[in-house]
Amino acid sequence: MDPEGSQNTGDSQRQDLLLEPGYTLATVTDKISSIVLTRGTTKGWMLGFGVSFALLMLFNAAVSYLLIRGVGIWGINIPVGWAFAIVNFVWWIGIGHAGTLISAILLLLHQKWRTSINRFAEAMTIFAVACAGMFPLLHMGRPWLFYYLLPYPNPMWMWPQFRSPLVWDVFAVSTYATVSVLFWFVGLIPDLATLRDRAKNRAAQIIYGFLAMGWRGSAVHWSRYETASLLLAGLATPLVVSVHTVVSFDFSIAIVPGWHSTIFPPYFVAGAIYSGFAMVLTLAIPIRKYYQLDDLITMRHLDTMAKVMLATGMIVAYGYMMETFMAFYSGSTYDRFMIMNRMAGPYRVIYWILIACNIAIPQVLWLKNVRRSPLGLFIISLVVNVGMWLERFVIIVVSLHREYLPSKWDMYYPTRWDWATFVGTIGLFLTLFYLFIRFVPMISIVEVRSLVHETEKEQGS
Amino acid sequence: MPQIFHHSTNFISRMSIYGAVLILGGLALALYEIALSPWYTDQNVSREQPVPFSHRHHAGELGIDCRYCHTSVEKSSFAGLPPTQTCMSCHSQIWTNAGMLEPVRASYRDDVSLSWTRVNALPDFVYFDHSIHVNKGIGCTTCHGPIADMPLTYRAASLYMSWCLNCHRQPAEFVRPKSEVFNPYYQPPSHDHPVTAEDGTSFVDQAALGSYLVKEYKIQSLQHCSTCHR
Amino acid sequence: MSSDPKPNHAIDLDAIRARLAQPGGRRHWQSLEQLQDTKEFRNFLENEFPSNAEGADKERDVINRRDALKVMAASAAMAGLSACTKLPTEKIVPYVRAPEEIIPGKPLFYATSMALQGVATGLLVESHMGRPTKIEGNPDHPGSLGGTDVFLQASVLGLYDPDRSQTVVFEGRISSWQAFVAEMGNLQSQVAPKGTGVRILTETVTSPTLTAQIRKLLQQFPEAKWHQYEPCGGDNAREGARLAFDKPLNTVYRFDQAKVVVSLDSDFLVSGPGHVRYAREFASRRALEGPQSEMSRLYVVESMPTSTGAMADHRLPMRTSDIQLFALHLASAVGVSVSEPDMATPLLPPGQVPQPQRLSPTVENWLTAVARDLLSNRGKSLVVAGEGQPPVVHALAHAMNEALGNSGKTVYYTEPLEANPVNQTESLRDLVNDLNKGHVKLLVILGGNPVYDAPTDFGFGFALLKAKTRVHCGLYNDETAELCNWHVPAAHYLESWGDGRAYDGTIGIVQPLIAPIYDGHTLQEVAATLTGDSGKSAHDLLREYWQSQRPEKDRAFEAFWERSLHDGLMANTALPAISAQLHPVFEREFSSTAAAASPNELELVFRPDPTILDGRFANNGWLQETPKTVTRLTWDNAAMMSPVTAAQRGLASGDYVTLRSGGHELKAGVLLVPGHADNSVTLHVGYGRRRAGSVGTGPGFNAYFLRTSSAQWVASGLQIEKTGDTYFFASVQHQYTIDFEGHPAEEESVNAFRRDLVQVATLDEFRKDPNFAKAPETTESHGLSLYPDFKYTGYAWGMSIDLNRCVGCNACVVACQSENNIAVVGKDQVMRGRAMHWIRIDTYFDGGLETPEMYFEPLPCMQCENAPCEYVCPVGATTHSPEGLNDMTYNRCVGTRYCSNNCPYKVRRFNFYLYSDYKTPSLYGLRNPNVTVRSRGVMEKCTYCVQRINAAKIRSEEENRQVRDGEIVTACQQACPAEAIIFGDINDKKSRVSQLKAQSRDYVLLADLNTRPRTSYLARVRNPNPEIHE
Repeated sequence: MDPEGSQNTGDSQRQDLLLEPGYTLATVTDKISSIVLTRGTTKGWMLGFGVSFALLMLFNAAVSYLLIRGVGIWGINIPVGWAFAIVNFVWWIGIGHAGTLISAILLLLHQKWRTSINRFAEAMTIFAVACAGMFPLLHMGRPWLFYYLLPYPNPMWMWPQFRSPLVWDVFAVSTYATVSVLFWFVGLIPDLATLRDRAKNRAAQIIYGFLAMGWRGSAVHWSRYETASLLLAGLATPLVVSVHTVVSFDFSIAIVPGWHSTIFPPYFVAGAIYSGFAMVLTLAIPIRKYYQLDDLITMRHLDTMAKVMLATGMIVAYGYMMETFMAFYSGSTYDRFMIMNRMAGPYRVIYWILIACNIAIPQVLWLKNVRRSPLGLFIISLVVNVGMWLERFVIIVVSLHREYLPSKWDMYYPTRWDWATFVGTIGLFLTLFYLFIRFVPMISIVEVRSLVHETEKEQGS
Repeated sequence: MPQIFHHSTNFISRMSIYGAVLILGGLALALYEIALSPWYTDQNVSREQPVPFSHRHHAGELGIDCRYCHTSVEKSSFAGLPPTQTCMSCHSQIWTNAGMLEPVRASYRDDVSLSWTRVNALPDFVYFDHSIHVNKGIGCTTCHGPIADMPLTYRAASLYMSWCLNCHRQPAEFVRPKSEVFNPYYQPPSHDHPVTAEDGTSFVDQAALGSYLVKEYKIQSLQHCSTCHR
Repeated sequence: MSSDPKPNHAIDLDAIRARLAQPGGRRHWQSLEQLQDTKEFRNFLENEFPSNAEGADKERDVINRRDALKVMAASAAMAGLSACTKLPTEKIVPYVRAPEEIIPGKPLFYATSMALQGVATGLLVESHMGRPTKIEGNPDHPGSLGGTDVFLQASVLGLYDPDRSQTVVFEGRISSWQAFVAEMGNLQSQVAPKGTGVRILTETVTSPTLTAQIRKLLQQFPEAKWHQYEPCGGDNAREGARLAFDKPLNTVYRFDQAKVVVSLDSDFLVSGPGHVRYAREFASRRALEGPQSEMSRLYVVESMPTSTGAMADHRLPMRTSDIQLFALHLASAVGVSVSEPDMATPLLPPGQVPQPQRLSPTVENWLTAVARDLLSNRGKSLVVAGEGQPPVVHALAHAMNEALGNSGKTVYYTEPLEANPVNQTESLRDLVNDLNKGHVKLLVILGGNPVYDAPTDFGFGFALLKAKTRVHCGLYNDETAELCNWHVPAAHYLESWGDGRAYDGTIGIVQPLIAPIYDGHTLQEVAATLTGDSGKSAHDLLREYWQSQRPEKDRAFEAFWERSLHDGLMANTALPAISAQLHPVFEREFSSTAAAASPNELELVFRPDPTILDGRFANNGWLQETPKTVTRLTWDNAAMMSPVTAAQRGLASGDYVTLRSGGHELKAGVLLVPGHADNSVTLHVGYGRRRAGSVGTGPGFNAYFLRTSSAQWVASGLQIEKTGDTYFFASVQHQYTIDFEGHPAEEESVNAFRRDLVQVATLDEFRKDPNFAKAPETTESHGLSLYPDFKYTGYAWGMSIDLNRCVGCNACVVACQSENNIAVVGKDQVMRGRAMHWIRIDTYFDGGLETPEMYFEPLPCMQCENAPCEYVCPVGATTHSPEGLNDMTYNRCVGTRYCSNNCPYKVRRFNFYLYSDYKTPSLYGLRNPNVTVRSRGVMEKCTYCVQRINAAKIRSEEENRQVRDGEIVTACQQACPAEAIIFGDINDKKSRVSQLKAQSRDYVLLADLNTRPRTSYLARVRNPNPEIHE
């Protein structure tokens, strides 16, 4: 299970542990639950929460104005019918994927290193999907008619058009949201019970009690718990691949040069996981520092995640290469022009920044001591987040703005409302996340407990 | 440590699971029912009018032809609403001082139009054409219901798109001989009173008559969007 | 509610009293506010007129009640309740006494005519329940033959324009027609008997009735004078004729007879008398049945590229002021005996630095070749001089046509159209002098806006104020009305009785489609108040006049009158051709006049604007937003020059510069135009209006500031100076405008040709390879789609567009806008790439910036067989009809814009905001009741005028027959003066469209995408002269 672990010695071996030695079941529980129960609301938390909440209010403002005036407040036009809204949608939904991957697939593969990060990775997934879910609604010209996309019996005798990927999106995203929430909640139940039992004030007891759904930790409960998580993991696993595949169909089904490509599904999924892990790191590293969780979220975790990023990053790079190669190999005027326009056209700067962010810079992850420096990783993860956002911008806007008929070429410039909406969703995301780390154990007590034995064994040997 | 919840909570929580499902389902059903209800569609709801005009009396008892008042029904998309003139052509002789008819006389006197409440209204993005329906053997009563028995006029159909499609998908079930189009008492053929087409052949069931007329009148089953929406 | 200004604007008590004093309420009230012209009222107008007012498109952050309601509606809908919003209860209001001819729901067509700059064109106007909604050409009228132009098409919007003047005004306060008539009565008695100091100022008048009235007036008042002025009138042509023939004559061309045409700076296809007819005749000689057929050849010499220039087989860019010298050379070359002109000034080839003393070889070669071509086509050739050229060039053109024996064949002459042909500039000069001398007691201005458009050096505004009583009758309370004591709202021609002459003299009848909306009065009625027969209606005046003129009496006259009204014209009233003798001594006149500006001096050329003409259409949103030919510019005019000239002066598109000419100066934005002559700057007049209305006030730069009586069309010695600021133009197509990085994006055209969007060949190439336009992919692309092909058992609609006929005049664009209730979005939105036209005229350039060939390509929806838009719509709002249309169901559309992204032709348009004006009541009448008015957030597109298709199908079904070929005519097809667009059933192999599609020139755009468009093009074929090598 751990290729490096065996030949490592002393110092580095200590770093390779998934849990610092000297923890007992009790201390683990104390440490984690205390963050929620005893630590109370800190200034730092208030500050962070305040900022994010302000951004959330900005989002509300932007959306209200959008509903009053129409999508014209954005920079979109003919030919560029999609821009920030869809870019953000794809970006957020992509970020979500890391969570599901960690919690579902790694669970099935018995990757123990997932235990201390899966909880907030899953949380991240849910919040990201929440943000993503907004955009398909908001980008519509008449959002109040969104239900036309749902197949329901109606006096018009009309169905949605099932040939359109947008309809599949509706199903993909909603399924994804549902499963993620269930999975996360089921995993939470034992910990909620723990909080219920440790909570001092009555309100907390009732709320956690209510959420714990009468968990008593009996053998029956545990066995059902295990089965449930396994089942859900099984359900979630295909979603990791399917959701972003469907999203990629929005583009590959169309005939727009730069969209119409069979490579999209795999390369979107890879990209998703890439950005997802970047986001997990972006969140994990500061939290780990702020709440002194270094011995729960060890170097080993960071290192492994960095490796995953490196791997998926390479897949994405391969995607870019293939795209370029195919454009020339196909001999199609339009595709060749599309690539040339990306590299040398009006938006070339953005393209080259994207290449730098997603391909060039992450290469330093080959170096072990970069992978093991939290600061370095943090920066790189941020860079990758930016890069992946730009990738979607290039795919969507730069492909559309100069399409088949030169007479209808035009430029897209984001307006202040475009930015407000984008930043706003980040506000929503962070707000939810702050609430999460304040009121729910951000690391799975149960699963870390299970690590205690392991570490003891390893120490023993 | 004391129990936080009473023992009954277990039961309640279990119930609430099923409850949730039922409530949501019920809500959806309710919405659907409302959408189909007369309250929402105004189906079978007779409207207040400036003059309590009775189709039963005029079209039924007096047997005045529809086209006497709705003059453009065969020529135009709009069936046409009679000008006050038309009313007065009779009512300048009969019921000349019936109080009920004062608004009509006033309208004629002061040259101010009567303003009726519309009974059968379609949204503005729906382009319905009376003339083609009438000319293809769709009778007035097929859509407007038993007009000759309406003391006050009401909307006889929901006018939902599904209702339109229902006929557009199988016109044979509704078509009648052109000669019968303006007959407010027309009944689909049956054994005791068969229906005869223009060429004299008589039919005893709609299926036969329908398929015959569909061929005869070259009736198409138009269902694409631009038939009604532009 | 929205029509009621109360929420927006508090009005004072006087207002209310005044309003109560007036019959018929709110209309007057609004107009009163208009007169007050308060800031509130401006805001009110903006809110009232959002889709047209530019300002309205600036994002208004104020949330008014209407918006608030919208949010509530939206949020309610978000909660899924929208299914439970009931249809509102409607009222239905029948007639009291029904007019017999009207069948509710069926349109009626009336024949009338519209006079523009004196020349009347016959029209058929569609009327729904008494509301004129659509203008079509009158096929029986010689000036139209069924075709129209942008001005005719857009005139119906002018009728409903809420900014039109709405009440009689005296000294800035509301007055009444009665008061006006009374006042005129007094004045009449004051000036009687001789009428000293009475002056009438009209535009060009061809109306016999009005002329008769004015003549009558002049008889009553011997000392009264009649002046005419038209800023872009036919002075040069008139003087040219006088020069050549000793008397003013009307020149009528017959392009259908001409094999070789030389245009000396004349844009005869889209401007000037008879251009609609000329476009048709010209196109008829360009149409090709097959490789064997012949086509005419067109040479154009001009500075600013025009439609005519774009159609040319050889176009020579040349400074306007150099063209008369060129004309002289050409004249002598074709055997006009002109004394050898002074050759000191060389003619410059485009893009060359001036080098004195020698005639450039390029131009030499060009000229000789043209001359030879003309000589070898005696009697089948034609030389046309443009209005922008001095009289001498017109005279030369006449002389050449004489010398070439064209007179009587490709060109003939008639008595002038106007009853009183005067040199209008001089006529106005006299008036100004009299005004300044204080000789004028009463000045009656019947139409026109001289305060705005008179030559600057006249200082007309100041002179005007010297007249004791000033009366203005016009459609708008404009710059001139502002300075007059009396303003009388004129009736729109759709509200008027009247008459006018066509380009060939045929008398057209103007008859009203609707009673005056804003109690306007016709010029005839106003004139009548002076001749003492006030009280007579325009109709009586007209009828009486003709009764007195016509030979027919009583019965016969009745019959004649009925027929004339029905046809919209008086049969066989065209002016007869007369033989014109060239002035014996006219040679000498030339060499004296032949002095051109020094070569590298900058000239400033004035031209009427392609879409708003001399400014009279400034308040017409449709015309403001119509992309101008070649430049594709909207909502602005510009200082247009060639890239070379700009480069030499370090200028680029968008530079905001100061233009100095003749002691006057003007700030304007620079726009580079490929193919423009060097050392020449073209500026369109008509913009920079100060008092045009909510739409026309503001945009552009007022060229009249620089326009003097001595240099009305071209001024030499122009100085340009950068201000350092940038001006932003709203172009709908970016090629050759400066792109965001600061260099001209030639790329676009280059790519267009790389992508075979425009298929071109010379006549010889075409004859060698008739199938040059066919793309190989089209042949074997069937069945490549995953979905089964559609089967078309009934009709299958298709369209064919002949690029050889299309002259890029934009008539189709405006016609489509009118037919389909397309909204105007304003400059700001156009700049954001959101113009709404369903059909656009793509313009591509081939071959460098100096002498590019220009190609027009009208682009409606392609109605693809394998439509990329259809399968991506999540809600099935755009679907394939069994007749092959890509239906668009507005009420189903949720606005994902996916269809537009996936449309390779980008013919779909999106309502990013609520563009349709739901608020201005007067505009309700304008709408075509058979087309949904689209709301915010909805995609819209061309559907081949499906409302017309359905109407025709219903008619045919009721008459139990098939739709006849040519029975369905799309709006664009009907408007097209050149018959470039043909629509019909491609399942019917005998239909015109099928036959055109069967031609070898037939091709489709982006064939390799296998979209299989129903709209196909007939490739462009040029007919260059082998002797000219460019």
